[in-house]
Amino acid sequence: MSAEIRVPIEHERDIVTARQRGRELAAANGFSSTDQTLVALAISEIARNIVSYAKRGEVMLLALEETGRRGIVVIARDEGPGIADPELAMKDGYSTAKSLGVGLPGAKRVMDEFKLETQLGKGTTVTMKKWVR
Amino acid sequence: MAVPILKQEDVLIAQVQAILSDDDLNQLKDDLSNRIGRARSRGVIIDVTALDVLDSFATRTIRGIAYTAKLRGANTVVVGIQPDVAFGMVQLGLSLEGVETALDLEEGLAFLRNAANSRGPRVR
Repeated sequence: MSAEIRVPIEHERDIVTARQRGRELAAANGFSSTDQTLVALAISEIARNIVSYAKRGEVMLLALEETGRRGIVVIARDEGPGIADPELAMKDGYSTAKSLGVGLPGAKRVMDEFKLETQLGKGTTVTMKKWVR
Repeated sequence: MAVPILKQEDVLIAQVQAILSDDDLNQLKDDLSNRIGRARSRGVIIDVTALDVLDSFATRTIRGIAYTAKLRGANTVVVGIQPDVAFGMVQLGLSLEGVETALDLEEGLAFLRNAANSRGPRVR
């Protein structure tokens, strides 16, 4: 089991770093090139949310191995304002920051597991997993 | 790192590098808008062959670039979207609606030549 990778997200250029590290980890753990791209894309969207809404946070990447399957987990954490209506934020086309509003629902679609935890005034944590097919 | 813009006759070609930051994209929008005027360009090609991810921000910005170029009288064609990148965009629900696309640089140039021929030469 590899050690976790932590990428601090403070500036938009950190988004590129986070998705590159994610792609590398996915590649090292046997993901196909298409799935590496999907992992990188999901990280890009989630990390951008941190920059747009919380200003700073962290993306943590970890290889997973359980009952004969391999995968990776991406945990994006911030201590920003939190999401007032998480249900609405998970809807396609909804955005408060003039983006396309596909970030959260899009990331959920391209990953296998997705969990959004948010508390107003405390922050947001997105945990998403993808398994090697 | 700024995106280099080459000029080939009346077409401007922006060669996007593998690592593209938001700032680079915004810079490209300004650069292209200015260069279209100076070079009296009729067409713009954004070559994204080197890009391994097109996320929602990049997609939105490219749409903005294409529309800005259109307002400046130039057609934009995005070329070189890789298979995995295209698949990811579809999965995420990203759209380049309103932006012409072509397989590669050659196809993009051919498309712009056809468009230019139907419009007649630009006034010098």
